[in-house]
Amino acid sequence: MQPVYLDNNATTRVDPLVVEAMLPYFTEQFGNPSSLHAFGNKVGAALKKAREQVAALIGAAHDSEIIFTSCGTESDSTAILSALECQPERKEIITTAVEHPAVLTLVGHLEKKGYTVHRLAVDGKGRLDLDAYKALLSENTAVVSVMWANNETGTLFPVVEMAAMAQEVGAMFHTDAVQAVGKVAIDLKNTAIDMLSISGHKLHAPKGVGVLYLKRGVRYRPLLRGGHQERGRRAGTENVASIIGLGVACELAQQYMEHENTAVKALRDRLEAGILAAVPNCFVTGNPDDRLPNTANIAFEYIEGEGILLQLNKLGIAASSGSACTSGSLEPSHVMKAMGIPYTAAHGTVRFSLSRETTAEDIERVIEAVPPIVARLRKLSPYWGENGPVENPDQAFAPVYA
Amino acid sequence: MWEYSDKVQDHFFNPRNAGAVTEANATGDVGSISCGDALRLTLKVDPETEVILDAGFQTFGCGSAIASSSALTEIVKGMTLDDALKVTNQDIADYLDGLPPEKMHCSVMGREALAAAIANYRGEEWKDDHEEGALVCKCFAVDAVLIEDTIRANNLSTVQEVTHFTKAGGGCAACHEGIEEILTRVMAERGEAYAAGKAAANAPVLTTDPEKLAAAKRMQTILAAIEAIRPNLRRDHGDIEVLDIEGKTVKVRLVGACSGCQMEAVTLAGVQQKLMEATGEFIRLVPVHAAAHA
Ligand SMILES: Cc1ncc(COP(=O)(O)O)c(C=O)c1O
Repeated sequence: MQPVYLDNNATTRVDPLVVEAMLPYFTEQFGNPSSLHAFGNKVGAALKKAREQVAALIGAAHDSEIIFTSCGTESDSTAILSALECQPERKEIITTAVEHPAVLTLVGHLEKKGYTVHRLAVDGKGRLDLDAYKALLSENTAVVSVMWANNETGTLFPVVEMAAMAQEVGAMFHTDAVQAVGKVAIDLKNTAIDMLSISGHKLHAPKGVGVLYLKRGVRYRPLLRGGHQERGRRAGTENVASIIGLGVACELAQQYMEHENTAVKALRDRLEAGILAAVPNCFVTGNPDDRLPNTANIAFEYIEGEGILLQLNKLGIAASSGSACTSGSLEPSHVMKAMGIPYTAAHGTVRFSLSRETTAEDIERVIEAVPPIVARLRKLSPYWGENGPVENPDQAFAPVYA
Repeated sequence: MWEYSDKVQDHFFNPRNAGAVTEANATGDVGSISCGDALRLTLKVDPETEVILDAGFQTFGCGSAIASSSALTEIVKGMTLDDALKVTNQDIADYLDGLPPEKMHCSVMGREALAAAIANYRGEEWKDDHEEGALVCKCFAVDAVLIEDTIRANNLSTVQEVTHFTKAGGGCAACHEGIEEILTRVMAERGEAYAAGKAAANAPVLTTDPEKLAAAKRMQTILAAIEAIRPNLRRDHGDIEVLDIEGKTVKVRLVGACSGCQMEAVTLAGVQQKLMEATGEFIRLVPVHAAAHA
């Protein structure tokens, strides 16, 4: 049976057209773009084209605003650290409680070094309170870093509006758009967004390549210093083949944008409706009215996510979980905690993330597979009785060190 | 994802003794919902013989938690309560052909459920000695509370010592930064400053019994440090020999120009200093004179 891959927010398959475009740069045009000879004389032009393709997808005003990096994480770190280094008199960072660890772990570290970090809370649907945000903005704010779309729930944040608010107090605005690029229309030249992070492997380009968009005129300090690559803004010999792959991937993403927001979205909605109709005691997390078209995050109450994933995997279905157990920590996902999802549900969340490669058959197979798996695991659960949750679950089962 | 053994997978996909035992006369509820693992073990015990006639489990948890619960019920069925109490979490893990290190806590939970159920049967109160705190070392599931308490109780001051005492940091070493932060905080309470130096981060990688390993490691470190000192002493026409190492006490014999002269005490202090730097622990150096030794 064909495997079903619904873990595209974790990473995507490299598009065959992307692979094809990359191959010559491993074996024929393998020269260093900085060299003069014939082994690399086409590389410079190819890099330029890739830069244009990326710029087009995100509506950058100038190609030179695109800095190639090694991953989304590097872009996030570079952006935040640069903003702090450029404005030593400003000591505060504003971010959200639901950012990717690429941002949260970094700001946690900066906090220990003396910076003040404000982590905006979210409500039960994962939404921000813009009044609370406004109240935090001040002349002390060095940088605001808010993700465009959440990787676990797909919930979108109003970053364009938030960037404009940051501009009023002279703070820099960075957005981790790793999950959003290619799925939502982005037109940076008409926003106050100063910096934006992209990761190649989330949009059918290879792993290990990313982009930092840096608006022209925004002050900047590089993270990696050395050679003159990327105009000295990111030293290190270019990951040429992957950059060229990313360029092609961006062009393809542009072509598929409409498809993502119609066909893929319809499949996602069908998946959710199918599961919700067949499984009792489950619900969609995040904000169903304003989120990525490809992401469905469903909490199955009274069971733990890893068990669901193992059983799905046995049927050839790949998804992921915000459960603690799959990540090796004991705590459930910080995103679920921030939304106030109770522990008995937070541990049982499963993320299905689709892509343009997902088919209607895939979705029907998942809809068929999930209900019996959930039923089987609930049979093992101390919170589940014959036909439903036990009465007063919290009292019926109160383990010793709960 | 995890590398689960075939046995773990078998017990996850085909759990044995799932559900509550009817006519159970012993129940043990353990685990923590916030941590995502909780287990109810029910037993039917023969009041005459104290033999476990039947065992059943209900588990909220990951694959290995379910497999450990299933294994536990298989292991204890037919045992007397006294024998069942001798089952260790390692027995549960062994029964499953091993668990990933990050998942060993699942077997611990099984063992605790058993103790709780037996206490419940005997009308005793079972108290877990589980410390709850943020997990610092994920390889050996050691939390901040345990590390803090251990540092305090034993006056520890290096990551290496923390690893020896708690296992924390003995695996992938990713948590050394976290351990150093705890050291900094707790040492500040007793008015000391944590000084990492370069070597502190190189805590040993543990594979088995931490105490034995600590002793063996210490011995190696001491011998290596002495070897490093010898060329200097020889240059001054002296030498040093290790006669015995017992815990943190090292018996040595100084020979040649070093021995007996007024310089001896100075040399010994220098050697001791070097050994303490190398091991990160207090080392007692006992000079043994040739005459006394013979
Ligand atoms: C929102 C978000 N930011 C950052 C990253 C990190 O990207 P990368 O894996 O390229 O470092 C990811 C991917 O895991 C992500 O989902």
